[in-house]
Amino acid sequence: MTQTRNLIDANGKRTDGRGIDELREVKITVGSVKNADGSAFIEFGKNKILAAVYGPREVHPKHMAQSDRCVLRCRYHMSPFSTDTRKNPAPSRREVEISKVMRESLEPALMLEDYPRAAIDVFVEVLQSDGGSRCAGITAAAVALADAGINMRDLVAACAAGKVDEKIVLDINDTEDKEGGADMPVAYMPRLEQVTLLQLDGRLSPDQFNECIDKAIRGCKMVYEIQKQALMQKYFGNETELKEEV
Amino acid sequence: MSSSRRSTIIVEHLRRQQMWDSLAQGKRLDGRDFSEQRPLEIEIDVIKKANGSARVKLGDSEVIAGIKVATGEPFEGLENKGALIVTAEVLPTASPHAEPGPPDEEVVELARVVDRGVRESEMIDLDQLALVPGKIVYTIFVDCSVLNADGNLFDATSYAVVASLLTAKLPILEMKDDKVVDTGQTRPMPVTTVPVSITAARIGDHVLIDPTAEEEGCMDARITITTADDGFCAIQKGYTGAFTVDQLKKAAETARTKGEEVRARLKELAAKNG
Repeated sequence: MTQTRNLIDANGKRTDGRGIDELREVKITVGSVKNADGSAFIEFGKNKILAAVYGPREVHPKHMAQSDRCVLRCRYHMSPFSTDTRKNPAPSRREVEISKVMRESLEPALMLEDYPRAAIDVFVEVLQSDGGSRCAGITAAAVALADAGINMRDLVAACAAGKVDEKIVLDINDTEDKEGGADMPVAYMPRLEQVTLLQLDGRLSPDQFNECIDKAIRGCKMVYEIQKQALMQKYFGNETELKEEV
Repeated sequence: MSSSRRSTIIVEHLRRQQMWDSLAQGKRLDGRDFSEQRPLEIEIDVIKKANGSARVKLGDSEVIAGIKVATGEPFEGLENKGALIVTAEVLPTASPHAEPGPPDEEVVELARVVDRGVRESEMIDLDQLALVPGKIVYTIFVDCSVLNADGNLFDATSYAVVASLLTAKLPILEMKDDKVVDTGQTRPMPVTTVPVSITAARIGDHVLIDPTAEEEGCMDARITITTADDGFCAIQKGYTGAFTVDQLKKAAETARTKGEEVRARLKELAAKNG
């Protein structure tokens, strides 16, 4: 990726006015799809993503069922109107890969052994895309799974960090993803302190690698607080403020 | 839709216990250390009809990569760059579980992760591969076929792609009267760096590089880290488990040291050929 212009100005502000350690505005609404067993709508910067969970329910086709655990199925899909140029609605190879890594990032948090012979379906639909849609999708899907009442060990919070103008910055946006130097999406279970998704596109020195992963995890922890707040809002009402854990 | 079907081989219960016991002693079932690769054999120019090719054996995993050079329109947004396309296929010959037909999600991931390593390292200087900027560019296809699968297809395929690119003979094409003409001469690919991927599997608390199919059948999680001459360029965590940050940082360090060894071998291969 060759860089054509400065993405961080003299005052340390990025193209969208953020500082290097600042998250885009994140808003999560829990339970926005009435028919689903659990759902969440996330606005992560300009991303608008819907996640809906159905299950545990019967598995079709039946031969997919596992006798000792639940089958988790995941679909990440972008609407044709979600991008600058129309996206063909058929699943692309990129979407196949993201569906896979998304499922693998959620699975460690779920107690699938509690639902043998059943299936849980997670549908993530990107209605409007900005940079970091897989992270926002995972974040929304984890909330939707909690909303569906699935037994979980932890939530999964996701956030990317990356390299822009040789600086490590939090939460890469669309422009920075396309024109910047590196993008590292991370999903993390903050209570268990485990990384469930790690990808990297772009070049980082060993020091930058360590800084980048640490920064992404700090971002995941910020996202985690927003996820908990959103769930508290749905189940305990608007006035509930999340109390700091001691 | 992506589902959690296990397509790795099923490892028999007693064998699995045997593996865990062995790992607890610091040894793998085939006698290797945790940070030891299986023997790596690279043979180049195995397909004369291709512009470059390589056959890689990593233990019993065997992959062949062939390069075909064509011309075409540039990608949108990359009008002045040549196009480099890496694909991968697991042939039905590769294992009793491999079936013909459209690629499943694991094969799509394999192709995309290998492609990402080559692309993000900027191994090939694509700026040098435009014929008529904005209109006609070189299109380099690197197609890989897995002939036999015994684990760690990511690294085996990646080495085959890099070895074939390093030793390929790029036909020199010219424009005459708005037509592409092959001059009959060739030159080496415009190579800037040598990306090397190192894949590790976590089984319990142990992280071991270059897993066999049997070890993959017992693994909890997988990580593929690609380094270029000057640092990291691509990473993909795979499979259903998680890693601690500490495990990841150690794996990154191993990917650098082990990657250097493989890189030296690949560079030697290129030097011998050039």
